[in-house]
Amino acid sequence: MKVYIEKTGKTANAKAPSVAALLKKLNINPVTVLVVKNGALVTEDAKLAENDTVKILSVVSGG
Amino acid sequence: MPCKKCLKEPVFALISGEKLCRKCFNSYFERKIRKCIRQYGLIEKGDRIAVAISGGKDSSVLLSLLSGITRQMKNIEIFAILIDEGIRGYRPFTKKDAVNLCKKLGIKLYVYSFKKEFGMDLDRMVKKLKKGPCTICGIFRRYLLNKAARELRANKMAFGHNADDEAQSVVMNLFRSNNDAAARLGVVNGIKKDARFIPRIKPMYFMLEKEITAYAFINGISGKFVECPYAGSAYRGEIRNMLNDFELRHPGTKAGILSSFLETLPLLKENFMKEGGIGFCRKCGEPTSGEECMACRLLKELHS
Ligand code: SF4
Ligand SMILES: [Zn+2]
Ligand SMILES: [Zn+2]
Repeated sequence: MKVYIEKTGKTANAKAPSVAALLKKLNINPVTVLVVKNGALVTEDAKLAENDTVKILSVVSGG
Repeated sequence: MPCKKCLKEPVFALISGEKLCRKCFNSYFERKIRKCIRQYGLIEKGDRIAVAISGGKDSSVLLSLLSGITRQMKNIEIFAILIDEGIRGYRPFTKKDAVNLCKKLGIKLYVYSFKKEFGMDLDRMVKKLKKGPCTICGIFRRYLLNKAARELRANKMAFGHNADDEAQSVVMNLFRSNNDAAARLGVVNGIKKDARFIPRIKPMYFMLEKEITAYAFINGISGKFVECPYAGSAYRGEIRNMLNDFELRHPGTKAGILSSFLETLPLLKENFMKEGGIGFCRKCGEPTSGEECMACRLLKELHS
């Protein structure tokens, strides 16, 4: 699936069964991000499928 | 009790593990802020509150909430102040967001700029002074906010500081044994009863950065992610990463730091904020612990 990472502004291709697994794969601490699946905010245990669009939002304030 | 939607379409998991739907998360968030305001008496009848906003998500969420909360209360006025430091590639974007938000909420916005007030943008100051950008930025911003709030006759200033900011500050001050600075933290920091000191209130003191970002997302408050090119202090960044690692492995760490800190704060204040220890700058009249405030000293350097 397509994963957009806000902090870097990059899109990656990744495969993972759930949000938690995806973050682990990308080596991102879940405390520091929110995950948006197909436009809606989801929790870490949300399941992911191949045709989902995922956005990873950074929660750190920018100064 | 979770509602049906909380089970089916949760958008956020609290530290307790409880999962909430959009509606329940909103009411959890708003309830917690109202409780903080009530518990610490942050807003009282007759208040004229200046909300310091940056266009970032924390202060945007704060302004939206305060706008709603104060509209239901009698005899409270609020308005917004934005400090334009003059940071290329950053402030113009967030300033636009701030202007739009204030328009949407029907709140008056006052913009004060470094350029107009000090004759120079932060970008130029940074090249002239031998100090970190954030140090310079912080000193002049504090000075200007105080001045603005006084000029606009505010009796309180509200800030969007959150639990992450505060936990980082507490730990930084602890690691550096900076008890003077620690004594100035807290939900309210009225240093001293004097018309020239405007008490600072932090209604979002107990809200995590992650919760605020979720609230902003759900409610369509400010969107873009822009980072200041000066990117904050490196030391704070290290502390932030450390606390986030701890929070992951030990949920509740940040809240624990804050509640323990708040219990010791009265003692810190007693010991490290002695009466008479703070005076006023002989040049500009701003509160300072020395004869001349930091802003005036830096200004002299800038224009020499
Ligand atoms: S990151 Fe530093 S320079 Fe940028 S706005 Fe914040 S304090 Fe100012
Ligand atoms: Zn619910
Ligand atoms: Zn001064």
